[in-house]
Amino acid sequence: MMKSKENGKFNFGEIYNKFGIFLVFLLMFVIFSVWNQSFLSGMNVRNILRQIVVITIMACGEQLMIICGMIDLSASRVLACAGTLSAYTVLATGNLVAAILVGLGVALIFGAFNGIVIVTFDIPPFIATLASMMVAEGAIMTFTGGQNYSNLGAAFQFIGQGYIGPIPFPVFIMAFILLVTYYILSWTPIGRAMYAVGGNTAAARASGINVKFTKFFAAAYAGLMSGIAGIVLMSRMNSGQPAAAVSYEMDAITAVIIGGTSMSGGTGTVVNTIVGSMIIGIIKNFMNLQNINASLQKVVLGLLVMIAVILDIQVRKSRSKG
Amino acid sequence: MEKKKKVLELKNISKSFPGVKALDEVSFSVEEGTVHVLVGENGAGKSTLIKIINGMYTADEGELYVFGKKVAMHSPRHMKELGIATIHQELNPVPDLTIAENIFLGRLPTRGPGIVAKKRMVEEAQKLVNDLGFSYDVKRVMRSLTVSDMQIIEIIKAISVNAKIIIMDEPTSSITEGEVAVLHEQIHRLKERGISIIYISHKLDELKQVGDQLTVLRDGKTISTHHIDELTTDEIITKMVGRKMDNVYPVKEAEIGEKLLEIKNLTQPNVFSNISFTLHRGEILGMSGLVGAGRTEVVRAIFGMDSYSSGEIIINGKSVEIKKVSDAIREGIIMLSEDRKLEGLVLIRSICENIGLPNLKRYRGFLLNKKREREDAQEMKEKLAIKTPTIGTEAQNLSGGNQQKVVIAKWLLQNPVVFIMDEPTRGIDVGAKYEIYKIMCDLAAQGAGVIMISSELPEIIGICDRTLVMAEGRITGEVTREDFSQERIMSFALGGKAVNDEK
Repeated sequence: MMKSKENGKFNFGEIYNKFGIFLVFLLMFVIFSVWNQSFLSGMNVRNILRQIVVITIMACGEQLMIICGMIDLSASRVLACAGTLSAYTVLATGNLVAAILVGLGVALIFGAFNGIVIVTFDIPPFIATLASMMVAEGAIMTFTGGQNYSNLGAAFQFIGQGYIGPIPFPVFIMAFILLVTYYILSWTPIGRAMYAVGGNTAAARASGINVKFTKFFAAAYAGLMSGIAGIVLMSRMNSGQPAAAVSYEMDAITAVIIGGTSMSGGTGTVVNTIVGSMIIGIIKNFMNLQNINASLQKVVLGLLVMIAVILDIQVRKSRSKG
Repeated sequence: MEKKKKVLELKNISKSFPGVKALDEVSFSVEEGTVHVLVGENGAGKSTLIKIINGMYTADEGELYVFGKKVAMHSPRHMKELGIATIHQELNPVPDLTIAENIFLGRLPTRGPGIVAKKRMVEEAQKLVNDLGFSYDVKRVMRSLTVSDMQIIEIIKAISVNAKIIIMDEPTSSITEGEVAVLHEQIHRLKERGISIIYISHKLDELKQVGDQLTVLRDGKTISTHHIDELTTDEIITKMVGRKMDNVYPVKEAEIGEKLLEIKNLTQPNVFSNISFTLHRGEILGMSGLVGAGRTEVVRAIFGMDSYSSGEIIINGKSVEIKKVSDAIREGIIMLSEDRKLEGLVLIRSICENIGLPNLKRYRGFLLNKKREREDAQEMKEKLAIKTPTIGTEAQNLSGGNQQKVVIAKWLLQNPVVFIMDEPTRGIDVGAKYEIYKIMCDLAAQGAGVIMISSELPEIIGICDRTLVMAEGRITGEVTREDFSQERIMSFALGGKAVNDEK
């Protein structure tokens, strides 16, 4: 029965899907504020914002991939590779613009490579990006010999450490990326195409959508995001570290999923991803404030992903029930 | 006729979902060894009724009796134990397993822990198949069977777990006429063994062949129950739609004009060969044939979904190369896919987005022109009378007929010159069918050409000006309206085979 479905849908699932994640965030925020006085201090809030920048930027890339029904496992290694090469360039040439272009360029090449491999040979994105993850890691380790490049200069440091007024500069970068991602997803034909490709590839193809280009675009964009995140991170550390940011893509994917984007593709908005990223940010920050050790933090985050995925499945079940 | 035992009886069953009464005091019974046909438009409550019978739903009010005993506990499992089985419209066999393995799936006979007693399984399965009077080799792989055979295996599987009442939900919606005959013959055989069948179908002409009794549902109410011979097909339709339908097919007024599309020697090795035909403006051209004759493959090639190795596509006198869907769209050629869920719709997105999908170019700008997109979708919703609360509703929440209208809507916005429809009315009720035929006629009247693939001869005869007939990848015949007859078309459809046999 068609009608019953519609009316029956005003249930937990649909409401959670729309607003649940905001409520969860608010609830956590309130609890943490009450629990620990220093949580809400100006310095800590700025800290949280600074901390979520890298993950949020990566999450924007992962979100495009996930909406298309793909995933990028190479993100953190591409980040390290691009970020370190960017640091290397600024040390070698002293030219900030060149450093940024190298970082972005390398990342974009990796993303485009992922995209080409996925669409041309029809290789599952999981495998393709797993392979390029190894390539990126091996390449930068070979290039650097495992060495870090430190003292990158004031101009480069400003990217990750600077402030405009009371607000950290990287927060502006994050905001800009979020805006661009929102624009792509909601206001461009290719954004529409991504939802269609992830929702039903065959139908998208039959509607004249260029499925290959759409997937390629998402993969290249994800690569670019890794590059931006890499530059920001290396700048914040004032050091190009080829072994940095291990498994950051998992945090980014977690943020996307907690935000309510379905792993099966075709759904999700960038607004939800911000909230997902902020939830992870405040949980991590709160655990730091409470002196919970890093290993235990991982346990908590792992459980969180499980809960998010279970909720996602429940929501979809309740939606497809008659 | 003697009074037969009632194996299933529903008394005043009601079921509501928030905001809608899906079933309103429905009473219905099935006699032993008979086929009881259930008809009604989409949304009339057939699916809800079935789900109550097989335990998926619990009725709000009313009583359900199986073999004279009142059923208190409603669960799919319990109903299965009582002997009720459902053969769904879409089958889910495991294609690479054998018939025997599919029959015993989930309860494979074992010897020792975790070791399948393969020999015993094959023997038992073969005995089961033979006892029921069928002649399948149970070692055959499921994939090698036709859809109707798979349905029969599904039925055998149901009987092997003691099913006495089998619900068949549109079993013939995706099989050919030949297969339908096979299925009906087997149903007869099952009846003789005392098995009762609840049969749901939108194909009214087959009801008389297979059914004993018929119940019409409309708006969640049982309208009436009859012996199958008491009503004519027209009377059944009238009861289903609640008004008199003067005609199942609209009158086509369009004049046939100049040549529009010309296909010359289109060939794809091992799929189809030397396909040549012409389509004129204002014409509705049918494509008949058995499933697997290559009709879908030909139109998919014309639409750029599949490739062709040689041949020529000429539109408006200009030879065009079509390599991908967007090439076809640019030439004004569009196609409604055979499977609307697989290729027509992105089910989890809204109606509005689905309608907008092939038309995104129209809304291009710095910001996607969503206002225009919504206006277009709204206009189409009204024009095609798509029944939905809003255009923001997800496509998956619509009934089959309305989903099909959404797919048509998204293509109409392209102002197609050649509209190819592959089985456009499959699984759709009479009312919606009429509306789809009407759209085809309107398109023809506007000077477009329509190609309709259909496995249902009555609709080919009812609506087409001319029909091509395909068999085994070749065009074996062409029949014009004046010469239409089911026998003639059928003989061409089988023609390919006859020619081969002679060799």
